[in-house]
Amino acid sequence: MSMRNALLLVCAGTVGMGAALADDSPGLGQELTAAELAAVDFTIMPDGDGLPAGAGNAVTGRDLYNQNCLGCHGENGTGGVNDVLSGGHGSLAGPRPLKTVGSYWPYATTIFDYLRRAMPFQMPGSLSNDDIYAVTAYLLFVNDIIAEDAEIDAESLPQVRMPNRDNFVWGYTPE
Amino acid sequence: MAEQHQTAVAGNGLLDRRIFLTAGVAGGAALLTAQAGGVEREAWMQMPGAPMSDNGAPSAHEAHVKRLAVSSQPGTTGTGVSRTPLEFLDGLITPSRLHFERHHSGIPAINPDEHRLVIHGMVARPLSFSLEALTRYPMKSRIQFLECSGNSGGLIAPEPLQQSCGVLHGLVAASEWGGVPLSVLLDEAGVKPGAKWIIADGADAAMMSRSVPLAKVMDDAIVALYQNGERLRPGNGYPMRLFLPGWEGNACVKWLRTIKVMDQPAMTKDETSKYSDLNEEGIARLFTFPMGVKSLITSPSHGFTMGPAGLYQVSGIAWSGSGKIRRVEVSADGGGSWADAALDEHVLPKCLTRFRSAWRWDGGPAVIMSRATDDAGNVQPTRSAVLQGRANGAFYHYNGIQAWAVNEAGEVANVYA
Ligand code: HEC
Repeated sequence: MSMRNALLLVCAGTVGMGAALADDSPGLGQELTAAELAAVDFTIMPDGDGLPAGAGNAVTGRDLYNQNCLGCHGENGTGGVNDVLSGGHGSLAGPRPLKTVGSYWPYATTIFDYLRRAMPFQMPGSLSNDDIYAVTAYLLFVNDIIAEDAEIDAESLPQVRMPNRDNFVWGYTPE
Repeated sequence: MAEQHQTAVAGNGLLDRRIFLTAGVAGGAALLTAQAGGVEREAWMQMPGAPMSDNGAPSAHEAHVKRLAVSSQPGTTGTGVSRTPLEFLDGLITPSRLHFERHHSGIPAINPDEHRLVIHGMVARPLSFSLEALTRYPMKSRIQFLECSGNSGGLIAPEPLQQSCGVLHGLVAASEWGGVPLSVLLDEAGVKPGAKWIIADGADAAMMSRSVPLAKVMDDAIVALYQNGERLRPGNGYPMRLFLPGWEGNACVKWLRTIKVMDQPAMTKDETSKYSDLNEEGIARLFTFPMGVKSLITSPSHGFTMGPAGLYQVSGIAWSGSGKIRRVEVSADGGGSWADAALDEHVLPKCLTRFRSAWRWDGGPAVIMSRATDDAGNVQPTRSAVLQGRANGAFYHYNGIQAWAVNEAGEVANVYA
């Protein structure tokens, strides 16, 4: 096959043509072991898919928060030099909307997902999964969404119903 | 010849755009002075010039042309923006060194030999690609714009901010982006039935993560390796980034590390908490990907001072995430009347298009503005139409008409008109 035809064929690829294309594509992707895959898969879905083992509550979460987060996000998440993480409930339809984890975020799973990726800002990756569950529980607690002693883990986190959950519409809907 | 086009076609001195098709707009007078005194050599003509060099740099006289308003969140150096200095540029391509940046936790120092792109999730064969492997795939290259969805956010301020065009609107740029169509890599991995989204993650310290519809990815997404003919600059995703023509920059994940094929979006922080559009009823819209039809006059704009009354070029850029620019109109009387601007030769889909109008400024107050229409028929809205129904502070996806007021002193101000 000429390079030109190969190019046309490759570029015309659509879902479902995968098998037919294998011969014409350079096919240089390397297969991965399950362990290799697990090491790079950080995605956590709203239904809890991807959440790791571990657990924590707001009591331990408070200490972790005060040590690792307070300097930038203020006491109880009420805001320091960086984003406000608590409060603002009921403000969204008013003249001064305050978007916080508690007042705005539609899914509790997003808290774990984001903290594991990116926080604490200057040392991401430094907290254990237990610690992240605990800080997640603390942020939910200071937003009056869960009780202080509620255990947060892979089971319970996706079941936490965020107060603003129903106030979102999609600008894009797949066919 | 030129005179026949110097008749006004709209209010307050806008001239026929065909003036650009005829020679000698400015007249020869200014160009003659250097020759008037006979043979002469300027200082730089009296000895051989500087040697060749292995890396180009702009003229030292252009040192002021830099990214603008470089800023980061308090206590951080790498979670913020730097802006394209639109007022100093012409044409449609943005030099890579001036391409705006928006990072969420700095620029990672990636070793390209150790970096891998992993495709997994709802695929028959999870695969890992080295950079070297990707360079062997057939590539596509297109000249297209990239715009941050927060661009022009300052225009929601109740009083117009007196800032330059680039400070206000410089989160947009156009480049030639070259890379491997992501559809080719997904086909190799074998997408499973029922898949509808991909979740793209970056290798930065914040592990930027965005969900993107599979249909868009299969249509025209690329894993970009090249920008303006060279490998991506670190600030634009070296060694590889996702590029989604016409869609908000934040979804074009830089330092691309993993792609997980899924049946639903992941609802990451940067597609829920941020980059979502709240309305005045407290309802927020998620996944507002395409950038709207938009144009700006870049010259003259805030920070310019007009010279004497007379003939001026009004020049700017227009673009649309839906396709090509079909038309740009310019007004010199605050929107009372409009005339078609001339478009430069390259009118490309989802790309900046350069427009130009000829304007005879009479030395008096004037409000100049531009309005773009794309080939899908979308017309750039007014500022008040854009803000209609939005929550206070909702600044993403602002594409309102920009007005600049020129006063008798020739100063140019940002105004709401
Ligand atoms: C050095 C300052 C700093 C520290 C310490 C820090 N953060 Fe942050 N945090 C930031 C910055 C900056 C951002 C915004 C990042 C961006 O622009 O994407 C942020 C964003 C967030 C957000 C997203 C807010 C929103 O509404 O979108 C959450 C939640 C958060 N941090 C939680 C935490 C927690 C929990 C900790 C402690 C484990 C922590 N942060 C420690 C600086 C910090």
